[in-house]
Amino acid sequence: MRAGIMKRVVLVAVLAAFGATGCMEVEQASTGQKQGKYQGKPDGKPWDNDPLAIGAGNAKWTKGDKLSWETQVKARNNGQNEYKRIGD
Amino acid sequence: MARMKFLCDAERCIECNGCVTACKQEHEVPWGVNRRRVVTINDGVIGAEKSISVACMHCSDAPCMAVCPVDCFYRTDDGVVLHDKDLCIGCGYCFYACPFGAPQFPQAGAFGLRGKMDKCTFCAGGPEADKSEAEFKKYGRNRLAEGKLPACAEMCSTKALLGGDGDVIADIYRERVTRRGKGSEVWGWGTAYGQGKGGSAPAPAGAKS
Repeated sequence: MRAGIMKRVVLVAVLAAFGATGCMEVEQASTGQKQGKYQGKPDGKPWDNDPLAIGAGNAKWTKGDKLSWETQVKARNNGQNEYKRIGD
Repeated sequence: MARMKFLCDAERCIECNGCVTACKQEHEVPWGVNRRRVVTINDGVIGAEKSISVACMHCSDAPCMAVCPVDCFYRTDDGVVLHDKDLCIGCGYCFYACPFGAPQFPQAGAFGLRGKMDKCTFCAGGPEADKSEAEFKKYGRNRLAEGKLPACAEMCSTKALLGGDGDVIADIYRERVTRRGKGSEVWGWGTAYGQGKGGSAPAPAGAKS
């Protein structure tokens, strides 16, 4: 008698569990990541490259050192200022 | 920290299209796609004709980035707005959002297919290994990784187009405007940047651009 009641309770619980899954809202987003943020591949940093051996106006910086790369680019940038490049 | 920007001096631009050609050549940009172009107003009107070179301005608050449904845009540490072509679906939202008409869509197919978006990268490549074949094919040459600046600006014969760290090119332009005593009104310099360290020196008589 008691075992029969237990079986019924278990059966109802299992059916309820299956029934509840039918009401669940399926996640619509295709990725698990937060939307609104960049979803693509990571990009490297320009200062993580070795300077060219030849050319680029003898560009020199230390690989991985952002400050030295910025100094080099700034120096090159000032080449666009003809007042400094060729004087007055 | 460097914040990469372009600035075109309308007093100096002579509509030679050297920047357009330099960009096409440097990145082997396909037919029908112009990452940079020269826009002229009052064409042929003596004294009123002005030209400027336009491409992606790498906005600090880029509208293309805001509207992209697949979030394929990102901004590098030095302020360059780039995108991942592997994610792009070619929907064209960025084209409608961009005030400069920078996003371009190759139409190589027989039925006018709209390909993945292509735009100026500030010669910074894209999300592939730096200086790799894949990066060149998808995004063009990565000149920043070579310690160089954008080809268009470096090739400009009159130095109308300046490209590089915003602070540096602002200083160059400010000095130029101060010396020649005109030209700032084109962009509303005072409104955008205030009075620079050069001050508001009076214009020398007969100043040349």
